Amino acid sequence: MANNVDTASKIESAHRAGVLLSHRPKATWQIVGWIALVVALAALPAVASGYVLFMATLVAINVIATTGLNITVGYAGLLSIGHSAFIGVGAYASALLAIHAGTPLIVNVIAGAAAAFLVGLVFGAPSLRIKGVFLAIATLAAQYSLYFVFQQWTSVTGGDRGLSVPQVNILDLRDTGFYLFVVALAAVLCSAARNLFRTRVGRAFIAVRERDYAAEVLGVDVVRTKLLAFGLGAAYAGVAGALTGAFLRIVNPDQFTLLVSVFFLAAVVVGGQASILGSILGAAFMTLMPEVLRAVLELFGPRGTAADVAGLLSPLREFIFGAMIVGFLYLEPRGLAGLVHRLRGGGNLRD
Amino acid sequence: MLQILEYSLIGIASGGIYVLAALGFVIIYKATSVFNFAIGEMMMIGAYLFYAATAQMHLGWLIGVPVALAGSMALAAGIERGLLQPLLGQPTIVLVMVTFGVGSMLRGLAGMIWGPDIIQLPDFLSRKPIFLGDILIPGKLAWGFVAVGALSLAFILYYRLSKTGIAIRATSADQMTAESVGINVRRVSSLSWAITGVLTGAAGIVVGALNGLTPTLGVVALNVLAVVMLAGMTSVGGVVVAGIFIGWMETLVGAYLGASWQSFMPYVVVLLVMTVKPTGLFGEQRIERI
Repeated sequence: MANNVDTASKIESAHRAGVLLSHRPKATWQIVGWIALVVALAALPAVASGYVLFMATLVAINVIATTGLNITVGYAGLLSIGHSAFIGVGAYASALLAIHAGTPLIVNVIAGAAAAFLVGLVFGAPSLRIKGVFLAIATLAAQYSLYFVFQQWTSVTGGDRGLSVPQVNILDLRDTGFYLFVVALAAVLCSAARNLFRTRVGRAFIAVRERDYAAEVLGVDVVRTKLLAFGLGAAYAGVAGALTGAFLRIVNPDQFTLLVSVFFLAAVVVGGQASILGSILGAAFMTLMPEVLRAVLELFGPRGTAADVAGLLSPLREFIFGAMIVGFLYLEPRGLAGLVHRLRGGGNLRD
Repeated sequence: MLQILEYSLIGIASGGIYVLAALGFVIIYKATSVFNFAIGEMMMIGAYLFYAATAQMHLGWLIGVPVALAGSMALAAGIERGLLQPLLGQPTIVLVMVTFGVGSMLRGLAGMIWGPDIIQLPDFLSRKPIFLGDILIPGKLAWGFVAVGALSLAFILYYRLSKTGIAIRATSADQMTAESVGINVRRVSSLSWAITGVLTGAAGIVVGALNGLTPTLGVVALNVLAVVMLAGMTSVGGVVVAGIFIGWMETLVGAYLGASWQSFMPYVVVLLVMTVKPTGLFGEQRIERI
């Protein structure tokens, strides 16, 4: 009897030890990590220079856009190569509201998301009913024709000169306020996306990506799922566009070229498809890389004026963005998120 | 009436260029099922190679054209060998993304080497206009069409009659069976890219000669895509009809409705085809609706 109790308590203590060793410390470390991250992000404006704060805000905006594209490309397996056009729709919609109606930023952001969602559906709907790469063609067409609309519809969009957007001043904190707003929004949208893939709707995206027939047999409405996945990606793009416009205080067609679409596709591939962590890493990497590149060029590049460097930088960027897509697909299809996972000793994420 | 005829002929002549590039697209799609988004950039590189050979190395256009086409062919074969073959068996979306990335790389490369400004190619097509009765056709366009038409015809004959053409068609019909009767499917894949390199290179040189040359010449790829969609992605004969039709319509739309509508036309075509008949007019009934 005593022996039995002894064994039981031994087992229990061993179990508790096991829990302590494996689970609880990990959870604690995670919480500590999250708190540290939040504190660091919130404290950044107090210590950082204007330039660092500018870049941090830009990274946060790009995280939102990349997460959106990752929903479409990574999770749902639909190739969109006109992401910047939908960012543009969001930017123009929210800028027009801000200028003509003077509505607060949050309203403009929601309007931008809605506009991008609707325009995305107009372009995506015909192609999503068909199997294959038709969505890619439709989004490429969207890229060119929406750019054209931004440029030519001068009475509304201001043509090449674009629109200047009134300054927003959140809680009277100026740049800091905007930074905090963007970071908070990015965090909300990232965790919303992360949680989405724990729900029926989000799982349907993955099911359609893996095998659409099987998904259909399981009761997933494939067309509606694809439409939703694409529209959702466009809506995230719209949010990012609205924020870009309010942040840079200007919206013009040259912010929404094919190069920008390549940029975001590269961010998804580099960061890691079907991974929220990947979207964050990819957006940060792709946003900061050109800055590093510029610094390197100014140090070691051909001796010349700043204009020479700028002239070389733009095509060099185009080349590197393309090379990033090809290189990562070739060498590490799971992107930086896959690398992180491997460094932490994890096995294969999927497949 | 006369004006319509004149615009029509001009349109048909410019449609010939789309035919050539679209043939290059279809041949790759048939042989390897890869949807090539770098087609416009391959055209652009062909034109720059021609510029390098003639204007920068002073070779004269008679040597310059073969040199540029050989370079364009080598580049296409290199892309296939270096980037696409290692990724064989990956999902389509991956291969498509790779061609898209390659397109971006080529645009950047051209921008770094030749700069962003518009370049005029040396005149090798006679500028002297050609008169058909009272109808005037710009000389460059007419001779460009002759060159493009001859090359398209040569390719179609080669594709219909030669052993290589048969091998490509067999591979497209059924890759497994083709392999089992001794067709080297990998070689077919390499060959189809090499052929496309020649076709797109030639199309690029003509476009560059007509409109001037910038790293963004690849934008015409959207017109080429419209042609391919309208024809059905697998039809060689259909591409000829669709290409000439698109060129014709584009010129008429541009002439009567203005340039803004002209740029929209390819998209409208793409959208219409997708909604009404996704197999295109002449495509195989392979496309599945969901």
